[in-house]
Amino acid sequence: MRVRITTAVVAGVSSLALLTGCGAADMTKQASPFANAQGAKTVTLSVQSWVGAQANVAVAQYLLEHELGYRVDTVQVDEIPAWDALSQGRVDAILEDWGHPEQEQRYVKDKKTIVAGGDLGVTGHIGWFVPTYFAEQHPDVTDWKNLDKYADQMRTAESGGKGQLMDGSPSYVTNDKALVNNLDLNYQVVFAGSEAAQITQIKQFAKEKKPFLTYWYSPQWLFEKVPMTEVKLPAYKEGCDADPEKVACAYPHTPLQKYLNADFSKNGGAAAALLKKFKWTTEDQNEVSLMIADQKLTPEEAAKKWVDSHESTWKAWLS
Amino acid sequence: MATVTAAAPRTALPGLLKRPGVRKLLLLALAAAILVPLANARWASGTWPDALTVDVSEPLTKASDWIVDNRDSHPLFLYFFGHISNAVVISVRAVYLVLLAAGWAGVTAAASLIAWRVAGWRLAAGTGVAFLACGLLGMWVPTMQTLALMVVAVLASAVVGMLLGLAAGLSERMDRMLRPVLDTMQVLPAYAYLLPVVLVFGLGVPAAVLATVVYAAPPMARLTALGLRGADKEVLEAVQSLGTTARQRLLTARIPLARGELLLGLNQTIMMALSMAVIASVIGAGGLGDRVYQALASVDVGAALAAGIPIVLLAVVLDRVTGAAGERLGEEPRPGGRALWLYALGGAVAVAVAGRLAGRLDWPDAWTLNFAEPVNRAVDWMTDHLYSGVPVIGGTADWAAHFTTWILDPLRDGLQWLPWWSVLLIVATLAWLIGTWRTALTAVLAMAAIGVLGVWGPSLDTLSQVLAAVAVTLVLGFATGVAAARSDRVERMLRPVLDVFQTMPQFVYLIPVVALFGVGRAPAAAAAVVYALPAVVRITTQGLRQVDPAALESARSLGATPLQQLRQVQLPLARPALLLAVNQGVVLVLAVVIIGGLVGGGALGYEVVAGLARGELATGLVAGAAIVCLGLMLDRVTQPTERRAKKGA
Repeated sequence: MRVRITTAVVAGVSSLALLTGCGAADMTKQASPFANAQGAKTVTLSVQSWVGAQANVAVAQYLLEHELGYRVDTVQVDEIPAWDALSQGRVDAILEDWGHPEQEQRYVKDKKTIVAGGDLGVTGHIGWFVPTYFAEQHPDVTDWKNLDKYADQMRTAESGGKGQLMDGSPSYVTNDKALVNNLDLNYQVVFAGSEAAQITQIKQFAKEKKPFLTYWYSPQWLFEKVPMTEVKLPAYKEGCDADPEKVACAYPHTPLQKYLNADFSKNGGAAAALLKKFKWTTEDQNEVSLMIADQKLTPEEAAKKWVDSHESTWKAWLS
Repeated sequence: MATVTAAAPRTALPGLLKRPGVRKLLLLALAAAILVPLANARWASGTWPDALTVDVSEPLTKASDWIVDNRDSHPLFLYFFGHISNAVVISVRAVYLVLLAAGWAGVTAAASLIAWRVAGWRLAAGTGVAFLACGLLGMWVPTMQTLALMVVAVLASAVVGMLLGLAAGLSERMDRMLRPVLDTMQVLPAYAYLLPVVLVFGLGVPAAVLATVVYAAPPMARLTALGLRGADKEVLEAVQSLGTTARQRLLTARIPLARGELLLGLNQTIMMALSMAVIASVIGAGGLGDRVYQALASVDVGAALAAGIPIVLLAVVLDRVTGAAGERLGEEPRPGGRALWLYALGGAVAVAVAGRLAGRLDWPDAWTLNFAEPVNRAVDWMTDHLYSGVPVIGGTADWAAHFTTWILDPLRDGLQWLPWWSVLLIVATLAWLIGTWRTALTAVLAMAAIGVLGVWGPSLDTLSQVLAAVAVTLVLGFATGVAAARSDRVERMLRPVLDVFQTMPQFVYLIPVVALFGVGRAPAAAAAVVYALPAVVRITTQGLRQVDPAALESARSLGATPLQQLRQVQLPLARPALLLAVNQGVVLVLAVVIIGGLVGGGALGYEVVAGLARGELATGLVAGAAIVCLGLMLDRVTQPTERRAKKGA
């Protein structure tokens, strides 16, 4: 019996080896099985979970498909796994990165599997926000020193007697726990767990004109629906957020970056050239985002509307 | 007087001692009296003592770094994982291309004709309508992508499951070794092993298929083993007397005899694989799951529902068709069956060719319904009017707040306030009372493992949420179950609702749940209740209906009111079923802990989500392991031994 099992195993392994061509399998050269399905050239773009990222991808996708004749696949992934996918060639480009120094060091500088694709043209900023209707009634709430005065009004069932500072998805850059601690505030950080949950909750608060304090960021389409005012935190200085435990300052303003897979950047032809030149403004991005998230247009319809009315902007990306 | 009091204990004590429960309690009290002071003297702290934890984050982080650095060059990846990954990509692609080449008409025709041959014309019509509905919703291409992925994943799971099941069915030792492995595969939240799978195989389809196999293979393995063990002894002896070899017996008698179980296993595997379709989209599997996930990002319930409905339809169709195939197994093959199969095949090919010649391979854009908008309006209306300010009963937000402050908070604070050794003691008591000392030991070790992993606090938080959600589920589930058991009409009306609840991807109702209950632990509990309710209702209904009619009749003839019949006859007789419902309720609620993490449930669910999102292997795996331990503990505490022995597989 033992002999027979061994023969079977040997036969199985060798036939598997024969079937797969005996050679080494290159894990960096595997596209999605759904790509290039009907003989078309395909570009795969990673979409992050916020609508701004969807807007970038929608417009890039529209231009790649209608102006250059590519097929575009999109994959929704969180930021860190997206870097990994980009390095392996499963994804060709990330169009909006909010700064991941560790990943940059590993993949761009050490392994050289990813190259920088330049500025997106949009500057991102994270901060603490209160609804403008509340800030108008209580102007002093916009300074962090006065936040404790309002802790009672910001209380919810989840915040355990303290005021609630609502954070969103665990994938977003945040120092809020350390900030609340180091600034000695009477607040509790409550993680909504996903941006969708956070937006839904903010909209519900706004409907009732209730006061709330939330981690939020610009550019973001929700500002158009629920106007919010930033709370001033101690000013940001270069390096003041170096030690995650000791942070006691505001978040920086970050010019958002694009990243491309190194192979794709070299051999991606017109598609890679377009993505490298892709650069627009915060207003442009918000226009598209709002169409997607609030008017519930499909990303494609939204992109078409923007493309039709901003020819001069995108013509430059194609040259 | 004095003699009486002295005599009473002497006779009562042995009488009491004869009851096993009391004996167990006394023994436990004795053990506790010795161990607790010792433990307390050495590690006097309310929560799990630091001295007894092991930090696994460093080796895990190192392992993850090693994989990333060596993935493109190490032989292990080049010659092993790489080939697996390629094989998956090639197979999924092949299936997908065939589906695309058949066109929408061809696929619909083929599916209906297969359903007709396997399960009759009624289900064939249903299948056709379901596929057309996927097209109408504008989801044709994503549906085909999901279908391609499912075909490969289900085949792989079935093969892996059958191999494991063969091993377990033929060897007692393998069976004992495999059982905990299969348990872990099923209880470990898929989210927790998505990251390791992604690290090894890279983002996308291969990782998604392999993650699905891990989740969907166990039922196939269990049922295969059960089928092989359950084969009729007399038939086997008869076959043996014919002088067959072991292998011949297996192929000609045992496997054919186990057909019913194998088919049921396939059915279960398909269901589990489909429930992974959405979760796998988090790692870029594409298809319907990805549409649901992307719709979620723009807070668009309507669009999420449009992608969720095809998943429900696929699940219902596949469930009914494989189920009907199972029921027909025993029947004699009708004459001319083979010819009818040929007609069916010919018909499908003809439709596909016709579609191709007409140039109508893609679903026509004009034939799609935009139903996202009315759905969104309905959801908005609902949340506007129910969220707060409803007269007398208060809005859902108020309920959620009360539920949090009056039930969840005291429960969590109480559990976290209990000294760690007393939690272990309570677990031991409950598990021993309902089972044997072995189950008690497993439960205590599982609970202790949570402490050792260093996640004692968040685990008790999660436990409090699970207990509260299970309580709500049981109250609602038993009430609905009783109603359904008393009236056929109610049961018929409930069936489609339960189907939808059970198969609708949880991501779809995440937004409405937050819109109604606000961010926090209350919406997490609500999502868990929605998911776990159908199973509890079904098991309760079935249990009550199976109560011996004679017992019920005699109660009725004695003049018992319906309420008395229920309380004094039906419920006591259905006790095993009700206990099973409790057990299933616990397991299913625990399965939604991750979804809870996405709506503010915090604790372990959040940590698992965070681990994946930040690429932190340690965070996700440790929290995932803690969920497994909680599941193991809760299972042992709620599942009596007799059933465990009977369940076998």
